Amino acid sequence: MSTRFFGAPVKRNEDRKLLTGQALFVDDVELPGLLHVAFLRSQVAHARLKHIDISRARKRPGVVAVYIAEDYGAYWQPGPLLVQPPPIPGSTFNPRTQVPLARDKVRYVGEPLAVVVAESRYLAEDALDDIDVELEPLPAVVDMEEALTTASARVHDDLGSNVAAHVHQVKGDYRKAAANAQIILKRRFRYEHGISSPIETRGVVAHWNERGQQMTIWDTTQAPVFIRNGLAAMLGLGERQVRVIAPFVGGGFGPKIMMFYPEEVALPWISMRLNRPVKWIEDRLEHFVATTHERGQIHDAEIAVAADGRILGVKDVFLHDTGAYNPYGLTVPINSQCTLLGPYVIPAYDSTFTAVFTNLPIVTPYRGAGRQHGVFVIERLLDLAARELNIDRAEIRRRNLIPQDAFPYNNEIIFQDFAPLSYDSGNYEPVLAKALDAIGYQRFLTEEQPKVREEGRCVGIGIACYVEGTGIGPYEGAKVQVQANGKVNVATGIGTQGQGHFTSFAQIVADHLGVDPADVDIVTGDTDQFYWGAGTFASRGAVVAGNAVSEASAAVRRKALKLASDAFECAEEDLVLADGKVSIAGIPGKFIRLGELAQRANPMRGAVKPGTEPGLESTQYFGPPSGATANGVHAAIVEIDPLTFELKVLKYVVVHDCGTVINPMILEGQIHGGVAQGIGNAFFEKLAFDDQGQLLNASLADYLLPTALDVPRMELDHTVTPSPLNPLGIKGAGEAGAIPVGAVFAQAIEDALQLTSRKVELLEIPLSPSRLFELTRQEVP
Amino acid sequence: MQPDHHEIELTVNGTHYRRTVESRLLLCDFLRHELGLAGTHVGCEHGVCGACTILLDGDPVRSCLMLAVQANGHTLATVEGLAPAGGELHPLQQAMHAHHGLQCGYCTPGILMTMTAYLTEHPSPSEDEVREALSGNLCRCTGYQNIVDAMMDAAARMREAP
Repeated sequence: MSTRFFGAPVKRNEDRKLLTGQALFVDDVELPGLLHVAFLRSQVAHARLKHIDISRARKRPGVVAVYIAEDYGAYWQPGPLLVQPPPIPGSTFNPRTQVPLARDKVRYVGEPLAVVVAESRYLAEDALDDIDVELEPLPAVVDMEEALTTASARVHDDLGSNVAAHVHQVKGDYRKAAANAQIILKRRFRYEHGISSPIETRGVVAHWNERGQQMTIWDTTQAPVFIRNGLAAMLGLGERQVRVIAPFVGGGFGPKIMMFYPEEVALPWISMRLNRPVKWIEDRLEHFVATTHERGQIHDAEIAVAADGRILGVKDVFLHDTGAYNPYGLTVPINSQCTLLGPYVIPAYDSTFTAVFTNLPIVTPYRGAGRQHGVFVIERLLDLAARELNIDRAEIRRRNLIPQDAFPYNNEIIFQDFAPLSYDSGNYEPVLAKALDAIGYQRFLTEEQPKVREEGRCVGIGIACYVEGTGIGPYEGAKVQVQANGKVNVATGIGTQGQGHFTSFAQIVADHLGVDPADVDIVTGDTDQFYWGAGTFASRGAVVAGNAVSEASAAVRRKALKLASDAFECAEEDLVLADGKVSIAGIPGKFIRLGELAQRANPMRGAVKPGTEPGLESTQYFGPPSGATANGVHAAIVEIDPLTFELKVLKYVVVHDCGTVINPMILEGQIHGGVAQGIGNAFFEKLAFDDQGQLLNASLADYLLPTALDVPRMELDHTVTPSPLNPLGIKGAGEAGAIPVGAVFAQAIEDALQLTSRKVELLEIPLSPSRLFELTRQEVP
Repeated sequence: MQPDHHEIELTVNGTHYRRTVESRLLLCDFLRHELGLAGTHVGCEHGVCGACTILLDGDPVRSCLMLAVQANGHTLATVEGLAPAGGELHPLQQAMHAHHGLQCGYCTPGILMTMTAYLTEHPSPSEDEVREALSGNLCRCTGYQNIVDAMMDAAARMREAP
């Protein structure tokens, strides 16, 4: 494969549709006879459901149907456990998955109780007011620590406690490590993560065609193949009778891969029952309670350090809020547990977590997926150790980095992909050095900061390292097909939510087949176009599907050269594949176009040789043995107003290594967006619940997302350490931007406000101005 | 309560429409589902995210905060009117493409409509001014940097245009 397009900042194929308003999103699907659906949701976090009366709602003009749990009959089943717990000896895991409509009990505000189908969404929402619900309130389980007391109410009556899971993982001998330490530092850390809040909320359109016995579903999902398989089983249909299309999706960031949401279960069933197409589009208020969150953890962590700053061991015990159900298994807390180890040599690690059921919305991965929590803990522990030992913050990190000759580096504990946490490749020190250079670390500390401080300004610097496990299995596939018009069609099973797959995959194909990326059409997320796949999550699209696309393209190339060599009666070595045609080297004008070869590969008459496959196409699958580990360093210089705590980011630097790069323009966009979400996480985005489990800031006017005024200009640089786990050497990059931002800012703000001298430590995220005001007024004894 | 209907007339992207609408119908729903102009996207329905921004007599407005009946007699512009079908893109669209100013593209129509109006009135903005003008449009994918660059570039291109 030549690399004309691979690695180049090719402009995106998908842009024109999106820029002109012609791209199809789920709410753009219009069908004759379309009905509209609205859900009645619980306004109480924890209650027994005594009675629902839907008789008035059914009588309202324009209402076609109203359903409650009893109407579902045998269709009413708790959702599947999406992710089995990894096989970690001694673990406890109590799976309790979400239900399609609450039947005997409600377990969070927002849980659906009834569904109304009407001629318009306006009428459907009118009818929600006609439904009478009798609830017997129970004490709401909101606080994780209280949830674990014997006096606490139980989210699931059949469990003896609110423990959703308990996992203990060990590497080395922490007790021995601690015995040899110069210092041991122990702190409590609280890290909140928020809601991904894509600008497009969720939505489903379901269309049952009774005559054709076909179900078509448009869904904002990140995993169309699993939605198809699951729904076919639930509805008693064959998988070939169900087509799931995830068209253009307006951002996902994790929660759109949760399944099955109650709405995804309801809509197809309603469409079959009424033999009409039905649509449900989530509104923003619903999104805040009906789409999954990622929320808080409380870590009690300690670090054992030698006099020279080397980490001897880390011990961590943490609580993880999983919400009312845990369909996503242990993915988020396992990521926290594993990612805490970071790019450092940590010989001894003793980590225990308890996942806790609460009467709050379900927690599933959101960009970073628990990695932030772990990174925050280790990075803050290192800051504390540096201060205690009087070692520079960057230097203590450098001393602990895994050396280049230690890869593959086995961290021994089990990761979310069930494999031991092993880093495939890496070269960490140059990444740190580049970041320090780019931010001007030494110059800032020795020259700029003292000068600016004399002016009375509060300016500080922060630097944090991280690794990101990416590109996990099991597998993805791709079908590459040359059409008679010479264009190349590629279908994959993953969905796309803005990652630029229409372009990055086209670049891979273009180099193999000698065509322009603009002549490659990519189809993602249509189960009738590609049958198999897992989905878009864990920064894996480019790694797993990208390699499948490459292998399928290479197979098509071999076919094209073989066909042309037969046609020209020459050796394949004499052929050149470029500009959409196969030519004989050195003989201008002697060529055959790819489109014509595709036609010849499907002859209408005559005999073919045994073993001939028709068409100029190939389907290939790729599954890596385990995930590829990317790494990076973020650094920031911030200024903070000591009275208002308004923060200004003066400089932000990201240096990262995600292996070989398909499209640097798209990659930078991923990093920019990740940092922006990290900034939201670090400063603004706290889902504020009261003690009754009511979300107090369920609007974008109250739950603040970063605007163009909050996100600074970022300077990006990278190094390239290819992954040995896939032929293209790619590592994922989707979550890298978001992961260390909280750790960077906590450190930079402490530095800016010189909080150490006031014995104030910033051990939590988010750090909103009001929270900083509170924290800086607490004197630590 | 019987639905209350009104006849309205308006011009969208140069096309004249006459329709009968329910008084409570949101302008964004009217544009999307009655006129089939689905390029205007709905993100929050409470006027914060800016995805549904259109031009009403040349001024950017949130179409989720207006009723269709309030648009009676007015001239509207939506993203579909920025460039002729299949034709050359508007300088803002070209710059967004050139600078990778969009990822999922859901917020993009609102940003294009906000910023066409802004750049028409402020042909030579500073970067800070562009950020201020953009701050009423939420984007969750891009971190805004490439959008800002696109706008600075588009402003320059539009100044040079005859």
